Amino acid sequence: MKKFSLIFLTIFLITSGFAQDAKTILDKVDRNMSSRNRIVESTMTINGKRSSRTIASKTWSEGTEKSFSEYLSPATEKGTKMLKLEGQLWIYSPATDRIIQISGHLLRQSVMGSDLSYEDMMNDRKLTDLYTAILIREEKLGDRNTFLLQLTAKVDDVAYYSQKIWVDNERFIPLQQELYAKSGQLLKRTELKDVKQIQGRWFPTVVIYKDMLRQGNGTEFRMTGILFDQKIPDYIFSKAALKQ
Amino acid sequence: MLAFKLAFKNLLGAGLRTWLNVSVLSFSFVVIVLYNGMLDGWNRQGRSDTIAWETGSGQYWHPLYDRYDPFSLQDAHVPVTGEAAELVSSHQLTPMLITQASAYPQGRMLNILLKGVDPSQKILMIPSGSLQVKNGEISAIIGKRMAESSHLKKGDRVLVRWRDVNGTFDAREILIAAVFNSNVPTVDANQIYIPLSSLQEMTGMLGDATLLVAADTHSGSAIKGWAYKDTKTLLKEFDEMINAKKGGSRIVYLMLLSLALLAIFDTQVLSIFRRQKEIGTYIALGMTRMQVVRLFTVEGSAHSLLALILGSLYGIPVMLFLQQKGIPMPKSADQAGVAIAEKIIPFYSLGMIVSTVLLVVISATIVSYFPTRRISKMKPADALKGKIQ
Repeated sequence: MKKFSLIFLTIFLITSGFAQDAKTILDKVDRNMSSRNRIVESTMTINGKRSSRTIASKTWSEGTEKSFSEYLSPATEKGTKMLKLEGQLWIYSPATDRIIQISGHLLRQSVMGSDLSYEDMMNDRKLTDLYTAILIREEKLGDRNTFLLQLTAKVDDVAYYSQKIWVDNERFIPLQQELYAKSGQLLKRTELKDVKQIQGRWFPTVVIYKDMLRQGNGTEFRMTGILFDQKIPDYIFSKAALKQ
Repeated sequence: MLAFKLAFKNLLGAGLRTWLNVSVLSFSFVVIVLYNGMLDGWNRQGRSDTIAWETGSGQYWHPLYDRYDPFSLQDAHVPVTGEAAELVSSHQLTPMLITQASAYPQGRMLNILLKGVDPSQKILMIPSGSLQVKNGEISAIIGKRMAESSHLKKGDRVLVRWRDVNGTFDAREILIAAVFNSNVPTVDANQIYIPLSSLQEMTGMLGDATLLVAADTHSGSAIKGWAYKDTKTLLKEFDEMINAKKGGSRIVYLMLLSLALLAIFDTQVLSIFRRQKEIGTYIALGMTRMQVVRLFTVEGSAHSLLALILGSLYGIPVMLFLQQKGIPMPKSADQAGVAIAEKIIPFYSLGMIVSTVLLVVISATIVSYFPTRRISKMKPADALKGKIQ
């Protein structure tokens, strides 16, 4: 009996230790990935079945609720602006000179043919707020040592019920993420590359999104410039800014 | 009576000119009846198909449900309880749960509506009997338009992704058990039907429905918590579309009728100009000016009577033939999103035929009368001499 209790205690301590580690890792990931605000210049390359195209944009974001993007090129998309404000999304198209709110079915449409839906763009909450993490094992991903975490939703209103996340064990940056449906079906895979130190924090500058249910080679999101914790004027996050 | 006898004698005496006028007028008459018959046939067919496939004999909607706003589906569902549940168990109502989803046929993403229907329902013509769950696999049915746009066929499996009641994504493969053919595009395009209980379980909306479809035996009484929509409301858009079509077609056939009436008008003007001696003689023989006016008016309007007879001679066989065989519609016709069959069977109602006859006769009488007003100003002596007045 004494022996059995000892084994049980050991297993408990090991698993709780792992769970504790996983939570700490996820906390560090959240700290690295979130900022008070940021200004990002980026290109999005959509790799279709036959051809690829690249869209350049500049995005101002504050917390997880406010974001404003302006598309800079190609000419067909230049001037298109997108505003996300507390759960709502508006798009301004210079061709029609109109602002439309994206809702309902439209939210499920892909953003400019990419592997990202408008809905995906709306989900920006911290992982620690949404998931319970378990450290499955340590694993080598490319040339980096990673922690493989299994995340399971702890709140009801989460888009993806579970995730697998590979976290760099030195820089605490996610290097790969797999998003699963409730049924266990793999829905999306995200690869995060080219991790650089920016303003004292490690940050991935290339993200490749792949909708695993669709054909195509995924969408590459490359950050060409990023600034954290800048002074962003309030008017940027207003509908009036869309037409300016 | 004398006026009629004289009118027909004069008309028939005019020979080819009369028959040309009559032919054009009869053609207008036949076209008007035929076109209105086609629209009435489409209307009847479309309404009965929509009732049979989509609306039933009325519907009870969740108060937040808006059929033109898929965004409303997120919150428009409630458990079927109390009176509604009793009516469902007595087969007077059938529940339907609707949710937004995405289907991935051959790796393409299609935004769809996932509709849960009771496999045992008999109120709608949707072949829900094919909906089963075997060995944990969900069977689904789709319409031919959905099958064409998604390149899916019976026996195929397709991955469907949806969000549950809390907004969490879920996905699984479903089996296409049957492809149905309906004339009503709104029950078909971008829609997949699965068993109601499966959808309720998949979405976590246990016992919920978005709307209840009523059988023809149901009285349509109010049910607490549900908004009743009668057939008139449910078919409002279809009726408006038919009325708009009728409005547009009126312009076409009024133009056609105007051509025929213009010919009659010309004939009348020419008659009065060329038959002044005859007019003078009538007055000299004791007819009043008004009697002569009536004679010429009857003569003009008699064109319409002859046109009706001639139109009936060739129009009735054509109309009966089309009623038997139907008017084939082009394949692209139902892409407009309205209920339209492959063939429209025209419907010639008595009211429509009588109103068309009255339209032709009255308008022919009016255009015949206007030129004859000149007769009342003629001087009989000058008319007898044939002097132009």
